[in-house]
Amino acid sequence: MTETPNLNYIKELSGEDTDFEKKFIDIIKQEFPEEVNTYCHHIEQNQWDMAAEIVHKLKHKFNILGMEQAYGLAVIYEENLRKKDTGLDKDFQEILNHISQYLRTI
Amino acid sequence: MNCIIIDDELTARAIVSQLCSKIPELDVIAEFDNAIDAIKFLNQESIDIVFLDIHMPGFSGVDFVQTLKNSPKIVLTTSDTDFAIEAYEYESIVDYLVKPITMERFEKSIRKIKNSTPSNSRPTQEEGNTIDGEDLYINIDRRLIKLKFNEIMVIEAKGDYIDIKTEKETYHVHTTLKKIKEKLPEKIFLQIHRSYIINFNKIIDIEDNSVLIGKNVIPISRSNRPELMRRLNLL
Repeated sequence: MTETPNLNYIKELSGEDTDFEKKFIDIIKQEFPEEVNTYCHHIEQNQWDMAAEIVHKLKHKFNILGMEQAYGLAVIYEENLRKKDTGLDKDFQEILNHISQYLRTI
Repeated sequence: MNCIIIDDELTARAIVSQLCSKIPELDVIAEFDNAIDAIKFLNQESIDIVFLDIHMPGFSGVDFVQTLKNSPKIVLTTSDTDFAIEAYEYESIVDYLVKPITMERFEKSIRKIKNSTPSNSRPTQEEGNTIDGEDLYINIDRRLIKLKFNEIMVIEAKGDYIDIKTEKETYHVHTTLKKIKEKLPEKIFLQIHRSYIINFNKIIDIEDNSVLIGKNVIPISRSNRPELMRRLNLL
């Protein structure tokens, strides 16, 4: 997955409102790691439906960060998890790591 | 217009709040991370618009819509389009915004609400359960595509899917013939076979047990033939 997260959508939404941009980055920096931890917990506990729920939330963040390919993978993975298929876990975790690294840089 | 935002994700609420801040007429009164607290709030406060996420744990947006009496106008905000067609069966739902929501799309939604009145904000059953009575929105690859009724020539059942044929395109949609039939105006559309609904205005000719529409030869079932013949303006 070579796709790079970006803040294009947030910048477009904020216009010249740098306060909003800063506030939003703080929110996503706070919420994203919490959701990643929740996802890992549900996978460890074999709670597939709950894992699917958190993938649903995370995929929205992929969209916000302009990651269309990651979003597409998350859509499939969410459906697969509801059928107890965790085959895309590794790919999904890679995306999560990639975003986590990116969020440390902004 | 007073509004509230209901979404279990803080990022999503922040985005809708930011979108609202760009519209001078909109005043965000409160934000909720769950629908139950919002219902309690609405029991005490008068609100014009609710921006509502569908996919929430426990008590979902759908539960919220079904529970509220004398509901304000509801604009759904969601990542999925799966609920889009169903959504328009609820009178209170006036629009459906797919995340990530753009400013342009949000403004369009607000314009639509401003231009509507309580008595004409929704189509009547006779108008065909669509936004303006002349269109049908179909869900293709997470996009809602607008089709005008008069563009549709034939609708064919294909297992769990249907093919909606227009003069230019064929759209493959995950739904049943029975469900889409409920959305179509009876004066224009007629089911002439268990697998086919036709646009009555597109008939070129009728021969024995088939109808020609464009280049499509559509079979007429024995049971549907009397209704077809009754509706023809025969010389």
